[in-house]
Amino acid sequence: MLSRRIIPCLDVRDGKVVKGVRFRAHVVMGAIEDLATRYRDEGADELVFYDITASPQGRTVDRAWVERVARILDIPFCVAGGIGSVADARAILHAGADKISINSPALRRPDLIAELAQAFGRQCVVVGIDSLRDADGQWRVRRDSGDPAATQALPLRTLDWIEQAQHLGAGEIVLNCMGSDGVRGGYDIQQLRAARAICAVPLIASGGAGSAAHFVDAFAQADVDGALAASVFHDGSLRIGELKRVLRQSGVEVRDGD
Amino acid sequence: MRVVLVDAGGANIGSVRYALQRLGVDAPLSGDGDAIRRADRVILPGVGAAAAAMERLHDLDLVSTLQTLDRPLLGICLGMQLLYESSEEGEVKCLGRLHGRVRSLPARCGVRIPHMGWNRLHIERPSALLAGIADGDAAYFVHGYAAAVDAVTIASCEHGAAFAAAVQDGVIAGAQFHPERSGRVGLRLLANFLGLE
Repeated sequence: MLSRRIIPCLDVRDGKVVKGVRFRAHVVMGAIEDLATRYRDEGADELVFYDITASPQGRTVDRAWVERVARILDIPFCVAGGIGSVADARAILHAGADKISINSPALRRPDLIAELAQAFGRQCVVVGIDSLRDADGQWRVRRDSGDPAATQALPLRTLDWIEQAQHLGAGEIVLNCMGSDGVRGGYDIQQLRAARAICAVPLIASGGAGSAAHFVDAFAQADVDGALAASVFHDGSLRIGELKRVLRQSGVEVRDGD
Repeated sequence: MRVVLVDAGGANIGSVRYALQRLGVDAPLSGDGDAIRRADRVILPGVGAAAAAMERLHDLDLVSTLQTLDRPLLGICLGMQLLYESSEEGEVKCLGRLHGRVRSLPARCGVRIPHMGWNRLHIERPSALLAGIADGDAAYFVHGYAAAVDAVTIASCEHGAAFAAAVQDGVIAGAQFHPERSGRVGLRLLANFLGLE
């Protein structure tokens, strides 16, 4: 049986892993390779590296660290940040990343999803979606949410975008529920369930993880394929080994660490 | 020992090379028939679509080289699928080193395609390639097509239906999963392949 995936997300800035609210004071957590190895050893199933300065600085991810990570890591990893063309994606994939994740560039030009799927196969094309519930009760997509000052609310409904992205060739959807992000009150189960109902490709929950029980809820109630989290892992309040023990006890299929 | 990675254009070629380096083996990338024929071990990695990969092998004039190679040959993911007679993906004729046809995984309720993530291996029969790998160990898969379980299947996996996860027929071997991204299990399979007689 396919295991549910636990995916730590590492924010990268100037070649180091940082934590903190985006565009405010960042605390440097350490070298990318050290943290990648630590999470791998703790039993992470996959890692996501998000180059938080690439997109605002109008550049693509620095492939030097992608290659260093690829050399040491023996689990899959995905790279996000500033990937806006097939050439950008090729550089990252050839440096050794297994998948690339695109968000705002796909909203600007949806055909990018199809071009990437055509060039590399849909299995390495992840579409990240930042979503927030509007006053009328509809979930809609946000663009450029990496920079609060530049964030734009689009008229596009989140569920419509999920359908369109799949149709264009997305191999996986990461749904970041902004309303629950950073609050640690649990994943947005209602929104994830609505997304799951129309999402035929793997769906990854993002935003809101604060405890092991939140992961259990996301898998058991929203049937997501994986759950992504950052701060709850970074500050050591939840260890992946302990999380997997709780998941296993709750009947969720997870991979044993090496 | 000379190990060569066939340059079939797959995006995972760097990852496979790094995994071999972790085992202390530097495997050059090659699209040259002579270099491939001189190697002690040949690995055919692959990520992408079957038709594009076969087209590239034709362009490099490597099809007959790979069809007649008598050294151990390991196909990884799409590389394993290319070892079969044909693939439903793009209706393409493949290398024909293994009997059968690669087909699309069946989509059904609750079974997401592509099959992406860690899944358990079920040992079908003993093989030197699987030494140190136990029934129920997990490996990392990313694919939408697969070959059926048959006499050359040494490990199977299940996603909607059972399919061949690892195969061996004499010197011809294949892994549908990604050993370069499957932790200890994957590294073990690669080490076993390098030690294959």
